[in-house]
Amino acid sequence: MRWLHPYTKLLAAASLLLVTAGGLVTSTGSGLAVPDWPNTYGYFMFSFPPSMMVGGIFYEHGHRLIASAVGLLTIGLAVWLSRGEPRPWVRRLGWAALGAVIVQGALGGLTVLFFLPAPISIGHAALAQVFFVLIVSLAIFTSPGWLAHYDRSAPVGDRTLARLALLTPAIIFGQILLGATMRHTGAGLAIPDFPLAFGHLLPPTWSFAIGIHFAHRVGAVVVTAAIFVTAGRVLSHHGARRELTRPTGLLVALVLAQIGLGAWTVLSAKHVAINTAHVTTGGALLVTAAVLTLRVHRHRFSDVTAGRVARMAAAVGAAPSGAGP
Amino acid sequence: MQHRPLWAFVSLLVLSVAVACGGGSDAPSESAAPAAPAAPAFDPATAGNITGSIMLEGTPPAAETIRMNSDPVCAKEATDTETNYYVVGGSGGLGNVFVYVKEGLTGSFPAASDTVVLDQKGCRYTPHVFGIQVGQTLQIHNGDPTLHNIHATPTANAEFNTGQPIQGMTFDRTFDTAEVMVPFKCDVHGWMNSYVGVVDHPFFAVSGGDGSFDISTLPPGDYVVEAWHEELGTQTQNVTVGEGATADVSFTFIVG
Repeated sequence: MRWLHPYTKLLAAASLLLVTAGGLVTSTGSGLAVPDWPNTYGYFMFSFPPSMMVGGIFYEHGHRLIASAVGLLTIGLAVWLSRGEPRPWVRRLGWAALGAVIVQGALGGLTVLFFLPAPISIGHAALAQVFFVLIVSLAIFTSPGWLAHYDRSAPVGDRTLARLALLTPAIIFGQILLGATMRHTGAGLAIPDFPLAFGHLLPPTWSFAIGIHFAHRVGAVVVTAAIFVTAGRVLSHHGARRELTRPTGLLVALVLAQIGLGAWTVLSAKHVAINTAHVTTGGALLVTAAVLTLRVHRHRFSDVTAGRVARMAAAVGAAPSGAGP
Repeated sequence: MQHRPLWAFVSLLVLSVAVACGGGSDAPSESAAPAAPAAPAFDPATAGNITGSIMLEGTPPAAETIRMNSDPVCAKEATDTETNYYVVGGSGGLGNVFVYVKEGLTGSFPAASDTVVLDQKGCRYTPHVFGIQVGQTLQIHNGDPTLHNIHATPTANAEFNTGQPIQGMTFDRTFDTAEVMVPFKCDVHGWMNSYVGVVDHPFFAVSGGDGSFDISTLPPGDYVVEAWHEELGTQTQNVTVGEGATADVSFTFIVG
């Protein structure tokens, strides 16, 4: 089990790469550059010649290849956890991640075959973030710090922070849903100026596109407020807990970067690199908030017990080792 | 009891996805149009014509050079790398305008038996703007030694997206419903686009590089004629075609 945690970190990095590759597909308008699925222009996916990965095919087929790699890594993780992980709920989470990546692949195929219908594309974008959170959560659950309770003898014990830590990722996820809806309904430039809306604080005219775009801007304010309130609580009451202050600092840095990227996306008329970076940073923001949430609620999750380790070791025919606290 | 927060966490994620995936189907409903009566026979000797020109006032944006380096084959094969939103002749005539009889015809007209060809050559569509009748065969041809996908995005007809990975491949398609215009695009090469006007009669034309157009062998009558340009929208005019006469019609689009 020594390599399990590094493996989950590798999978988390691959998942972030996959989210970025998906962002590139939509940013470049390449979602239908490969008309067929699961094949690619009639080729078996893995035998498609790299020399033919031109134009939009590079992004769409590249996304499929990275997704396949993430899928295979997730199969490996689920099997690994089922064979060697003593905590049943972690094993179940591994299978949940595998289920999520399978459904995600099917959604990706369906959205191509049905010409990118918004509900399926938005679902694909949303499940990508959920999967990313699941993988990062598994990386946390298998980390030495988590297993050692971050060397703390007492839980965080702050009900206000506990609530804030649950609320913040939920708000961020809602904001990502708004962003995905905006992205997949072509509303990214429905309000073409920033920070004003058609030169006013409120748009002088409304449509679905303008409404969803404006809601995403309002959502950015709400997300920023939630993160700053949470960060204030962490820093003022738990400044000595590095396991909380580190993700909090990252959260603040990411949200500031994300606001800048969002504005830049509009002002650059959706420049591919900026637009994609906005998607990637959104995912990073969500998982960072999830990490903080899990660490704040660490005491609520069961640990490895000596009895379970022994049973697990007996089941796999190995000597027990690596029992947590 | 210690597992409750975890399952609440997972359940929240699953619920969120379920909400995100929700939404009603927005598939367009299709209804069969009642069969139109055959066009009344008319003496060809009485047929008239509509001729005219499309003019442009103002200075259009300068054509831009298309960067095709995302596909080395395109970069090598392309002979035309300028955008073609505005094709303007020396005397101000505007090309690539689809002109057709929008209203006034009675009865139905059989689809022409000849095949209309849309070629992909030098990573551009040829022609850029064209017309076709409902039920007439459109043959899409890949004249390039690279991959193209042909992606039509109509609103009244069925959307399609077909890959043509091999040079020389052809693909036949017909349209069931009149629709002006149906856009085509290649998602592999984002600069490739084309438009087809689908009408249920043969009375249409596309203006040439000098802006002129000619719609011939038209039954005498009163018509509404529409001109469509991809950037400048549409204009309509009422036109009367007398027996054996030629009606002269001019449209003027303004840019800038």
